[in-house]
Amino acid sequence: MDFLVFQYPMITVQACLDGILLGVLFALIAYGMALQWGVMNIINIAQGDLVILGGYIAYFMYLYGIHPAWGVIVAPVIMYFVGIAIYKLVINKVVDRDLFISILATFGISILFMQLMNFAFGADVVLANSGYGTTMLFDNNVVLPNSKIFSAFISILFAVCLVIYMKKSKLGRAIRATAQNARAAKILGVDTEKVYAATFGINAALCGVAGALISITFTIHPYMGLPYTIRSFMIVIVAGLGNLPGVAMSGMGLGVFEEFADYILGTEFRIGSVFLLLVLILVYRRFKLSRKREYLK
Amino acid sequence: MNKNNLILYIGILIFGLAAPYIFPAFKVQLSILCILIVLAITWNIQGGEMGYNTFGNILFYGLGMYLCASVQVGMFFPLAEWTESGGEKTFVHTPAQFFQGMAAGLVVAAIVPTIVAGLIGYAILGLRGHYFAICTLGLGVAAGEISGGIEIIGAGQGFTTPPFPNVGSLEARGEFFYFLSFLVLVLTFIAVKAIYTTRFKLILNAIRDNEDKAEAMGIETMKYKIIGWMISAFFCGLAGGIMGGLVGYIDSTDVAFDGREMGVFMVLMAILGGKGTLWGPVIGATVFHIFKEGFWTFFLGWQYVALGVLIVVIVIYFPEGIMGWLREKYPERFGEVVDEADRKAQVEIK
Repeated sequence: MDFLVFQYPMITVQACLDGILLGVLFALIAYGMALQWGVMNIINIAQGDLVILGGYIAYFMYLYGIHPAWGVIVAPVIMYFVGIAIYKLVINKVVDRDLFISILATFGISILFMQLMNFAFGADVVLANSGYGTTMLFDNNVVLPNSKIFSAFISILFAVCLVIYMKKSKLGRAIRATAQNARAAKILGVDTEKVYAATFGINAALCGVAGALISITFTIHPYMGLPYTIRSFMIVIVAGLGNLPGVAMSGMGLGVFEEFADYILGTEFRIGSVFLLLVLILVYRRFKLSRKREYLK
Repeated sequence: MNKNNLILYIGILIFGLAAPYIFPAFKVQLSILCILIVLAITWNIQGGEMGYNTFGNILFYGLGMYLCASVQVGMFFPLAEWTESGGEKTFVHTPAQFFQGMAAGLVVAAIVPTIVAGLIGYAILGLRGHYFAICTLGLGVAAGEISGGIEIIGAGQGFTTPPFPNVGSLEARGEFFYFLSFLVLVLTFIAVKAIYTTRFKLILNAIRDNEDKAEAMGIETMKYKIIGWMISAFFCGLAGGIMGGLVGYIDSTDVAFDGREMGVFMVLMAILGGKGTLWGPVIGATVFHIFKEGFWTFFLGWQYVALGVLIVVIVIYFPEGIMGWLREKYPERFGEVVDEADRKAQVEIK
């Protein structure tokens, strides 16, 4: 626990760059969560497990000799159908019920996925080696793996494509209309059931992309899902629903925070610090909101 | 309390006292059942009566577990050396030391979580709905991750609780832990039953039904929410302390702050039995434990898959629980006045 960060300024630069590249990925997952939260009013605890499942798709392509970067194309396609299946089996029965019911139901799905992945893929920490090499910056003081730059680039690409799709396409318009007012959308002829299914599928597909990128840049493990859920939840509540620049910014902020927590507190407290930050943010938010309420009185 | 109820309670008490002699092979299972019932009853104070669905009661359970074991060891031996040796037989508790340590440990394990609940209650219980649920989920996981990094309580390698001393009889360990957990169960049940007959329960229900209105009626909702949480924390801490001694080994994420098992079990048991009733959690926990122990062995490694499916099925198809189902079937037993004509009309509609 010697504070290397303060002794060597280059480590600060390293941590910031790492954090930003990592944060872009978090923001992609959080975008999916914001989408389904806004449209269906569901908080999906299994979000992180969908990410890990996407990661395993890329990993298996790597095992069978296909370059894992193609997972970015394949994983979302498979995950879209996984998402639709989950929606048809479970989510459509809890959409208009109490929020806690949906939290608990998705928690059940999360446990189920965790264990099925543990059986199917084993409990080892794995990664798909992309063989992209590294980039050296600042007189070789800062090392950036090219895979991280690649993953950040792909995440931004997917996010931009999705935003354009939501703005321009018919389904995108239907999704946004349902998010604003599901009843009114139904009256005006939008098949909300279909919209919900598509939203959940798109969310799962985004998770698949993020998972494939995570398996290239970092490592995956069947039990690593919950932290990704918590991170995306945190990003969404900090940014607010429907605030895309906010999601990107708070995602990067979270990434940088994590890298610094890693350096300062030690790796064993990394996940703990994420969960603790969630509690602190929620408590801060509660005091801020209660002050506002008193002001209104 | 009418006469029938009194006979029922005395019958259950006698059965509880005789159970370890009737089923001598299942003493450990019966003790775990008592602990599970305590956890389900205390979860029900928040989730059922108050409408605050918490995943965080596991925090007090794990805290109690670590505190009880630490006090029990730390009173007589250096704690750091104990955890470093991984429970080697260099330090041995004499029977007197063991029981004194256990008693002191349980007192600490009950009081400290209560204080913690009081301290964090003001900040956490101000959250509503799903924010509260996710926040408490994060709290439980954070506690597990952080306690897994602290050296003095064993960090990642775990903490071996003092082994039960040799007091002559081989059956003594099982009986001791059974009667201890049964005692805590009886205390919890009596306390919660007493609470549920007072105005306090009505206030909790008012908070569940409409918190803003309750506040507008002049009820200091925050005070009652915190008191409710402190009551839960008290009994959760006790249950955790006993469970630590019973299991004999404490691991940060797999035994103490086990959000994936115990943390979900308590929610599931209360929902299975029926939230917001006194007997629901008791019945739910018993059914769940029997199911779990009866079928877990057949799944062999697929328990968590079964658990996941069970959660989804119970939550989607059975959210009212056993008591809710009984209530719908026999409303008279629950003291509800049923209008015959109304019932006939309903049957006709069906």
